[in-house]
Amino acid sequence: MSTAISVSDLTKVYGERSALSHATFEVPLGTVCGFVGPNGSGKTTTIRMLLGLIAPTGGTGTVLGQSILHPEKYLPQVGAMIEGPAFYPALSGAENLRVLASLGGFPQRRVGELLEKVGLSDRGGSKYKTYSLGMKQRLGIAAALLPEPKLLVLDEPTNGLDPSGIQEVRNLIKDLADDGTSVFVSSHLLSELEMIAESLVMLREGKVLFAGRTQDLLAAQIASLVVEPEFSVDLNKLLEIATRNGKDASVDNGALHIVADSSWGATFNRLAFNAGITLSSLTATQPTLEETFFEMTGE
Amino acid sequence: MLNVTRAELRKLRRPTLLISTILVVAALTALFTSIVFLRANSGQGNGQRGEIISPAVLSQATGLIYGFKIVSFFLGITALCVFASQTAQEYSLGTLRNLLVRQPSRMKILFGKYLSMITFAIALVFLDAVVAIGVSYGLAPHAKVTTSAWFTSTALSLLGRTFVNVLLTTLAFGTFGMILGLLFRSPISAIATGVIWSLILETILGGVVSSTQKWLPGQNFDNIAQGGSETVSYQWSLGISALYLLTGFGVVAFLFKRRDVAN
Repeated sequence: MSTAISVSDLTKVYGERSALSHATFEVPLGTVCGFVGPNGSGKTTTIRMLLGLIAPTGGTGTVLGQSILHPEKYLPQVGAMIEGPAFYPALSGAENLRVLASLGGFPQRRVGELLEKVGLSDRGGSKYKTYSLGMKQRLGIAAALLPEPKLLVLDEPTNGLDPSGIQEVRNLIKDLADDGTSVFVSSHLLSELEMIAESLVMLREGKVLFAGRTQDLLAAQIASLVVEPEFSVDLNKLLEIATRNGKDASVDNGALHIVADSSWGATFNRLAFNAGITLSSLTATQPTLEETFFEMTGE
Repeated sequence: MLNVTRAELRKLRRPTLLISTILVVAALTALFTSIVFLRANSGQGNGQRGEIISPAVLSQATGLIYGFKIVSFFLGITALCVFASQTAQEYSLGTLRNLLVRQPSRMKILFGKYLSMITFAIALVFLDAVVAIGVSYGLAPHAKVTTSAWFTSTALSLLGRTFVNVLLTTLAFGTFGMILGLLFRSPISAIATGVIWSLILETILGGVVSSTQKWLPGQNFDNIAQGGSETVSYQWSLGISALYLLTGFGVVAFLFKRRDVAN
């Protein structure tokens, strides 16, 4: 078994609406895989099918080597937080975890350990309904960690967290991955995913747009040079030089943007110098995951 | 399945639910039992549907269990509300997905939940018995009721039979609540439907067309606790109740097993 998750042609149709259409992707074992897509693109539907909550209309899939048609074979090794945390408001955070620990047959001592791990040990005895959104989210993560999972499925784990909470979750995911846990995480915080996800699955309108290594996705995007002359009156001259040399370029916000990778930077600098123009800055930029996402999904 | 039952019992013993249910059951039992004894010498109705229960009747072995079984209908309604809310809240709170991730066997979830609620119902009926017998004993001298027949072997055997019958009634109403909870997936809708049907519609239907009493589920559930009536036998009520509940439970169990959990 080399994959934590593997799906092939996975499809879910509700009436005449297709929520997921022939999705095929793999999540390698022991890695962090980001799951991205606009709202309504089919992410939660996919996660629900992987967890046995809804039945696929077509296609096949495996989780930890077992068919998704038999979730009882792999769920004891899977931790999950789907669509945000959901707990009993009248019970305390600790009691909510005890309910789930009893249900899964996990030792009750895990409850205290996990409350400590997610920074809720001092509020574990408070009723869940008194928790802030960030605390609820932390409790949801603690519940997902109850089984000491081999695979962790997290749906928007940083929703409602403050910057330090987001950083804590990022570090937690990194630590888990370092310990060999596979993490499949959906998030709208693409800058966070770019930092931690070795692979990505990108959905739009129920279809897989990309599935593979994050590095490969970003490397395939078009790089650009951002050039600023010493005197802004020279911008049009620089634009002319770039286009004369066969490059797509445009002026935006007092800078010239040239579609070219960093290796053409030195050539352009020389051309500008020969034309008597001094550059105040020349920067090679690669699109971020967020820019790539917008480009690919057309959002 | 026992893991599910243990987890469910943790939820059922939360103070808000437990204390309020204990208070409601104790208060209703004390109220109805008090009415039976305090009005025993008034010559006016002090039993179910205006029935007159005299001190002479209460002095017999049946006097021990009269207060206990008279509240069975309301005990049943309480169980209906608890069973319905405990089941439907998993949908409305979105916690069903947590349960199913930790225990993918939906039938184990269903029957484990049911087992925990049976335990809860047994505790309710026990409380009802203790309060009813305590209040009956306390008010007997005031109502000029002698209690010597209450502690004979006949009375104790009657108490045992009534305990089972009241428990069956409570479980029947509770199961009805659970069926509604699984069907409507909303505590408010399930409880409202169950209570309105049992308390209002059945009373009107049974009152207007008396022949329907034989077929109305709530009337038959309660008839079990009463040990049967002049018009509907105990065996009939037991049989028709079992038929209704097994059919209803079978349908919702099938739906629970097959339905997508999309919330």
